[in-house]
Amino acid sequence: MYNAKYIWPGIILFVVVFTSPFWMNMGLGKYERPAVALPLTEKYCVESREFMAAEHMQLLDYWRDVALREEKREYVATDGTSWTISLQNTCMSCHANKVEFCDKCHNANGVDPYCWDCHVEPRGNN
Amino acid sequence: MKRSRRQFLKVASLSFLGLAGARFLPGVAGAATPNAVGDKAFSSQPAIYRSAGKAKKAVHWGMVIDTRAFAKEPVKFQQVIDACHKYHNVPSIDGKKEVKWIWTDGYRQAFTDQMDNYPAEAVIERQYLLLCNHCVNPACVRVCPTQATFRRSDGIVVMDYHRCIGCRFCMAGCPFGARSFNFEDPRPYIDNVNQSFPTRMRGVVEKCTFCSELLAEGKMPLCVEASGGAITFGDLGDPESSVRKVLAENFTIRRKPTLGTEPSVYYIL
Ligand code: HEC
Ligand code: HEC
Ligand code: HEC
Repeated sequence: MYNAKYIWPGIILFVVVFTSPFWMNMGLGKYERPAVALPLTEKYCVESREFMAAEHMQLLDYWRDVALREEKREYVATDGTSWTISLQNTCMSCHANKVEFCDKCHNANGVDPYCWDCHVEPRGNN
Repeated sequence: MKRSRRQFLKVASLSFLGLAGARFLPGVAGAATPNAVGDKAFSSQPAIYRSAGKAKKAVHWGMVIDTRAFAKEPVKFQQVIDACHKYHNVPSIDGKKEVKWIWTDGYRQAFTDQMDNYPAEAVIERQYLLLCNHCVNPACVRVCPTQATFRRSDGIVVMDYHRCIGCRFCMAGCPFGARSFNFEDPRPYIDNVNQSFPTRMRGVVEKCTFCSELLAEGKMPLCVEASGGAITFGDLGDPESSVRKVLAENFTIRRKPTLGTEPSVYYIL
């Protein structure tokens, strides 16, 4: 091989730099699920906790399309309860502690929804 | 082994065709792209979406404004405007960056199609309540590149603020000046933010939506409630409705009828 003395160090350097995120995160401890503040007075969410944790973004996305584009503003959940489709008036009336709930989990996961540029954040901490 | 250019091109073009063809095979990544509405990306959940039983429905929502009643009691203008703007978190900004859903103007500005040289003094001196006309042929809807504004089946021309990209074509299209652009963050210009309705953000267009969010709860639009009977709201498609009765009993005009947009807002002079 021509120029092996340049090429090999080059390849090794590339591999090290390319995989550096893995090295740098080693030994930093595992991702821990943040302890979010659940509503104090309510026991059940719109859907099951597992479903909400996994799918609330799709649910909200779908909610806004259905509410504004298809004129359907009522949601009948899997368990038969009906809810008014509203981010501020439904979700946030229970999850009024946005800082310790939505934000806490989002910060831990590096998510920053832009909804609050327009949607008004709830005032209180429960 | 030495390959000729001809051989290389053969192999390369066959592999390219193979890659392109793979998109049409089921089960290959990228073959299906789920659409936004109607096609839920999360199918594990059998929930139902519907409109509330108490929701107000119509074939074609329309409005009749009795300008005589407003002329008699001009305080009503501000009551009506405040009711709307306060609830919908419309910022109060002076000057060219003004944002408005409902406002007033003079006869010559509002009814430019009216060719009369010498209209009645009472008519020309009056102020007129103006708002989005919820046209049957809305120019704003035709020009919107993202379908952020569209006409619902009940005739209301609504905004889906989530899709607005702020191109302002709709503002150029609208002949009634019913649309306002948020040149800056509106929040500092809202005195008491209504917690139950969203604000808007910098870079989106907004306008009156005939209170579609309240109709969905079975309530009347706020301007109608605040007008103390000077505004009638109802179904233009139903001959027995309140608006049709008022239209049958009074002579009414619409703004700029020659443009053919077919406004749904009528004025009793
Ligand atoms: C009636 C009150 C209520 C409403 C309305 C409500 N939630 Fe919940 N939510 C709860 C409760 C209580 C829990 C905890 C459920 C449990 O422990 O089983 C929860 C759990 C969740 C979780 C999971 C948290 C975790 O730690 O896994 C998410 C995410 C969530 N809600 C988001 C939403 C969103 C988004 C909306 C609006 C679509 C909403 N909630 C509406 C009461 C509510
Ligand atoms: C248990 C953790 C958790 C909680 C609690 C939580 N979220 Fe989320 N949320 C996430 C994660 C993780 C994502 C990113 C998902 C992805 O990108 O695929 C997300 C994404 C979103 C998105 C989509 C963001 C985007 O840019 O598309 C919205 C909207 C959202 N969350 C709203 C809420 C609201 C409102 C609440 C509080 C009522 C809430 N979330 C509470 C974990 C959480
Ligand atoms: C540009 C401003 C803006 C942004 C950004 C925005 N919204 Fe909205 N949204 C609105 C307005 C205004 C309405 C109310 C329209 C109506 O009711 O006629 C609304 C309505 C909704 C509704 C249905 C009805 C209701 O009252 O809640 C949902 C659900 C919703 N938005 C979810 C979201 C989510 C989730 C995000 C973030 C991913 C988001 N919105 C970001 C302006 C915005």
